[in-house]
Amino acid sequence: MSALRPYHALLARDLRLAFRRRADLLLPLGFAVLVVLLFGIALGGTPERLAPVSAPVIWVTVLLAGFLSLDGLFRPDVDDGTLDQWLAGPTSIVGLMYAKALAHWLLYGVGLTLSTPLLAMLLNLPAELLPVMLIALGIGTLGATQIGIVAAALTARLRRSGILLALIVMPLYLPLLIFGSGAVDAVRLGESPKAALLLLAAQTVLLLTLAPPAAAAALRIGSDNPP
Amino acid sequence: MNPVWRWFHQLGSPPYFYRFATRWMPWFGLSALVLSVIGLYLGMAKAPADYLQGDSFRIIYIHVPAAWMSMFIYVAMAVNGAIALIWRIKLSELLFLACAPIGAMFTAVTLITGMLWGKPTWGAYWVWDARLTSELVLLFLYFGVIGLASAYDDVRQGARAAAVLGLVGVVNVPIIHFSVKWWNTLHQGETIRIMGKSSIDSSMLWPLLIMALATKLYFVFALLLRARGMLLEQERNKQWVREVLSPPQIAGGRS
Amino acid sequence: MSTNAANTDVQPLLHARQLTCLRDEEPLFVPIDIDLPDGHLLVLEGRNGAGKTTLLRALLGLHPLSADELRFQGVDVLRERHPLCAGALWLGHLLALKGDLTVRENLHYSLAIGSDAEAGDVDTLCVDLGLAGYEDTPTRALSAGQRKRAALARLAASRSALWLLDEPFANLDAQGMQVVERLLATHLARGGSAMLTSHGVLPITLPATTVRLEHAR
Repeated sequence: MSALRPYHALLARDLRLAFRRRADLLLPLGFAVLVVLLFGIALGGTPERLAPVSAPVIWVTVLLAGFLSLDGLFRPDVDDGTLDQWLAGPTSIVGLMYAKALAHWLLYGVGLTLSTPLLAMLLNLPAELLPVMLIALGIGTLGATQIGIVAAALTARLRRSGILLALIVMPLYLPLLIFGSGAVDAVRLGESPKAALLLLAAQTVLLLTLAPPAAAAALRIGSDNPP
Repeated sequence: MNPVWRWFHQLGSPPYFYRFATRWMPWFGLSALVLSVIGLYLGMAKAPADYLQGDSFRIIYIHVPAAWMSMFIYVAMAVNGAIALIWRIKLSELLFLACAPIGAMFTAVTLITGMLWGKPTWGAYWVWDARLTSELVLLFLYFGVIGLASAYDDVRQGARAAAVLGLVGVVNVPIIHFSVKWWNTLHQGETIRIMGKSSIDSSMLWPLLIMALATKLYFVFALLLRARGMLLEQERNKQWVREVLSPPQIAGGRS
Repeated sequence: MSTNAANTDVQPLLHARQLTCLRDEEPLFVPIDIDLPDGHLLVLEGRNGAGKTTLLRALLGLHPLSADELRFQGVDVLRERHPLCAGALWLGHLLALKGDLTVRENLHYSLAIGSDAEAGDVDTLCVDLGLAGYEDTPTRALSAGQRKRAALARLAASRSALWLLDEPFANLDAQGMQVVERLLATHLARGGSAMLTSHGVLPITLPATTVRLEHAR
């Protein structure tokens, strides 16, 4: 218990900070609904045209919405000296990265996954696809968060990072998107989504083992140029 | 000390590398040029036309070696990045940085020739072929590395940050390739391959191998050229650079 | 136990030979020697940009340094700085406080994330630092001096052997400075040591060794 105290403290702090600014927490959801709205309008709004593309549109929307939160993942910690205290402290940075990633996934990954029924309703997603969609998104967003913390750590000390962050993150999202929407597609075609879901889970497990150490290494770079 | 290991140690010292690069660069450049002329001549003029695709298949003499290089250079870049991160060797940082634009160039060549080849073969410049799609993603992985490295004010910090990204990328490249292939067979089935499964005639194979060697030599040439320039820029205040650059050149350049 | 005590008598807590920070691989200041025994205070002096802040950061591995020798509690920490990070408490220019969180929440977090040596009841700490009544105020709403006190509360809870304090008196009123001096005196009396930076006359009367950083070149 006491060995986990620092990580627990960071997780609790990140969650508490997020709930202090509840409005910010709803922004990704608002963004997702907006993107879905744009798609719905562009596709003419008829169920026949919306239903076949609804699953891929939800996938892309959720990944984009989660991506938007990455810029603020480490920047406040860089600006107020928290990051330097981590690096100068006794606690394992890799462990802190796991806590950070878990907090991010709970706030955005789980949050966006739970709001999927709303997006699904707007896009006329066939009801039988919703369960597999939720499972795939739950796993996929956990993987996306891991990619996100590496990219956010690499750009944390840069003054601006928006488009660069997209350039780093998007290509790495690709396998998650392929296996994730592949699982939904399999159910749509009346097949078993098991293969796609297992591949998605394997990719997420791989990211879980590699990304936090990579993020920890990335955060050390540039510590000799304090803000 | 093992002589090979000692050579690597020496190579890591900037003045030694500068002399090494200056001496060998022309030879790599020249042999790359000669081999490409031979390879292209054999490929374009001597090799017989393909019985299915006619003359349009000849673009493989550029497309395939470029595709090989695009992946080879990414791995070479990541290896240099790993060395730079683990042993903090400054030269490896420079070699890492120098690899990225060359690799991006080969990837772009692969994409362009692939699209030009696609038009007569598939009837469209772009089809979502697994290999072409992977190459496109690879191009963006290169762009990410280049963009991240240049976003840092400090060259060495940029190199180290980009090296972390390069290592993340090299782990993901096979996964991306696999996932795109998986996706491709799921949605469209196998497409026609640029190189058929059937055995290739040796008159068609030789030019290809010559071109593969030529692109490798060109890569070394371009790598040495770029790394040498960056080394001079980074070490411009060091004594050995002042000795290397004779006074008139300094007066002509930065004052 | 007695051998341990004998060892610490022989070995200074922090021992450095020809220590300097590097910027672009060039030394930032003329190399210095440090021998900081237990229970002593060392003050780093020097003009702006001489490298006082950088030296504290470099000791913690946040900036490149060069030295012939660097030992902490007798352990060579020239290459691997972790033992020093684990045994030292550092307060930098930036206070690492979250404006949206209350004093209590900030303290809970920083005590939990720091070394195991830090412990203490947050309410007592707040009284100690003169922040009684502000425990549940978001630090955003505090004055600069009060925020500094909130950050200094970590000192009151600390059992770390070495304190590295960057301008600990900045932003504080006379009373606040007295609080810092009292914390320092208690720490030194317990056998702890401290290194602090200052570019003026120190507002305290504790005995201290002074090391002056001079620009290299």
